[in-house]
Amino acid sequence: MAKRKRKKYTKNAPPTGLQVIFREFLKDRVAFFSFVSLVIVICGVFIWSYLFIDQEALMRINLQDRYAEPGGKFLFGADQGGKDILGQLIVGAKNSLFIAMAITIITGIFGVIVGLICGYFGGWIDNLFMRIIDFFITIPSLMLIIVFVTVVPKYTVASFIFIMSMFLWTGTARLVRSKTLTESRRDYVLASKTLGTNDFVIIFTGILPNLSSIIIVEMTLNFAGNVGIETGLSYLGFGLPMSTPSLGTLVSHANNPLVLQQYWWVWLPASIFILFMMLAINYVGQALRRSADSKQRLG
Amino acid sequence: MGKTIIRRFIIMIPQLFVLSILVFFLAKFMPGDPFTGLITPQTDPARLEELSEKAGLNDPWPIQYVRWIGNALHGEFGISYTFKRDVGDLIGERALNTFWLSLLSVTLLYAIAIPLGILAGRYQNSRLDKTIILYSFITYAIPTFVLALLFLFLFGYKLEWFPTSGSVDIEYSSGTLQYYWSKFHHILLPAITYAILGTTGIIQFLRSEIIDAKGMDYVRTARSKGIPIKKVYTKHIFRNSLLPIAAFLGFTITGLLGGSIFIETIFGFPGMGQLFVSSIASRDYSVITALVMLYGFLTLLGSLLSDIIMSIVDPRIRIE
Repeated sequence: MAKRKRKKYTKNAPPTGLQVIFREFLKDRVAFFSFVSLVIVICGVFIWSYLFIDQEALMRINLQDRYAEPGGKFLFGADQGGKDILGQLIVGAKNSLFIAMAITIITGIFGVIVGLICGYFGGWIDNLFMRIIDFFITIPSLMLIIVFVTVVPKYTVASFIFIMSMFLWTGTARLVRSKTLTESRRDYVLASKTLGTNDFVIIFTGILPNLSSIIIVEMTLNFAGNVGIETGLSYLGFGLPMSTPSLGTLVSHANNPLVLQQYWWVWLPASIFILFMMLAINYVGQALRRSADSKQRLG
Repeated sequence: MGKTIIRRFIIMIPQLFVLSILVFFLAKFMPGDPFTGLITPQTDPARLEELSEKAGLNDPWPIQYVRWIGNALHGEFGISYTFKRDVGDLIGERALNTFWLSLLSVTLLYAIAIPLGILAGRYQNSRLDKTIILYSFITYAIPTFVLALLFLFLFGYKLEWFPTSGSVDIEYSSGTLQYYWSKFHHILLPAITYAILGTTGIIQFLRSEIIDAKGMDYVRTARSKGIPIKKVYTKHIFRNSLLPIAAFLGFTITGLLGGSIFIETIFGFPGMGQLFVSSIASRDYSVITALVMLYGFLTLLGSLLSDIIMSIVDPRIRIE
């Protein structure tokens, strides 16, 4: 009897969590296609670059194959050093995606913690961090990132991630703070406080789960943004060290007008790959955003 | 009103102060020193010492900072070591180019975004609306440098509609009609690229404003008085929805500055963004510090402008 009752209950209950997201993706075919292809591309890029590509052999200069056309020895042709474009594209995509993920996770964690604490406690801590965030918003951060990149003495991938994260955590922190502010005035938080629950327990087990959908959306969109910023900086020559292939460095071959005009296979695949990634991630992000907000849902 | 503006100005001062300290130290840590280009292996170390003594590089840093900021306030940023020119003059020249580019970009941006936003809002959920949303979505997602390169490749090199670099053809002398036309022709493609990239925010904002306005009482009143629907849109809704868009102007300028680094580098346009990238490459740090400070100042000015326009448009947010 009890069992049957529960069954009936779940059938009529409004869909929650993953179910909502799943329904949203079924409804929006473009988002579904983006999601599937993103998963395939990301997994493919990582597996391919780790298992099948020898980076040293890839980066070896071979002048005989200088600007080899696509289709012959190399599927996508070769650049001015006779290096395989396809291989560089895969390794570059792996590096760009890895860096963007690392930055997203670091800024996400830091931003969420700062936002939660500021929004929940308010007072001087909130004031202090809001001033810092205001400062970060009003400075030309792209320029300062470039200056930092040139100043750092022993420049590695890790320092690049660190510099980028330093400037990019503020957006998440602001968003989470404003959501926490409204959330912390809700009855369940007040009730929990009255019962004497520790503040940090309320923040991390009460408020945080209720903000999780917004945070996931924010991080997905940040991920797309970070791919854009990283490839952009690498394109200008202030991103990854030159010896590490990145999508941006591949595109930057186009700074040479000759390459831009005649050897389009050097830069075009990487540009199209970036474009595809950005569109796909953003589509997934939009679908997630809709499923986080019941007013906008399609499914 | 005046109070609001003055207060906003006062808030700017500490922000500029912190930025200047940050920039000053970054410049100090930059590898190489300003004499790198001047010395040869034959240069006497004593002469080098004399040079840095003369430039004040041996003083303690607070003194150096005060001297630097004092000079900066007078508009003296020193001499560019690669161009061998006064930094103020150099930037002033480039700033003019960037200014014209930005002006055209903003004009085009609003010219594209406002009609699209209004159409999308007016014919909500129609096929037109969906197309416009798709357009604004794609332009939001595409990175600046990718679109700029694709445009340069397609319109500059393949179709040859636009020149591919520079700000003016050398053959024309200043003042003639051809000269101005050539200048305009050179900034057109970068400006179009920028305008297309910047439209998303305005389109989406205007669209949702108009959709909201449709259900407002004043619209219903106007309709029931017998005003034709077309006039309600052009006179009543348009005016109300456009006011907040004006406030976007400041943020648009802020965005332009960041984008100028990419756009100007790709289109080989001699503006401030390109100057910044080339000075970073040549470690010309008197130019770099001046440019970062200037951009910081302009960014603050942009957000100030937005706040001022907002407080004119919407009396509720004025600070008393």
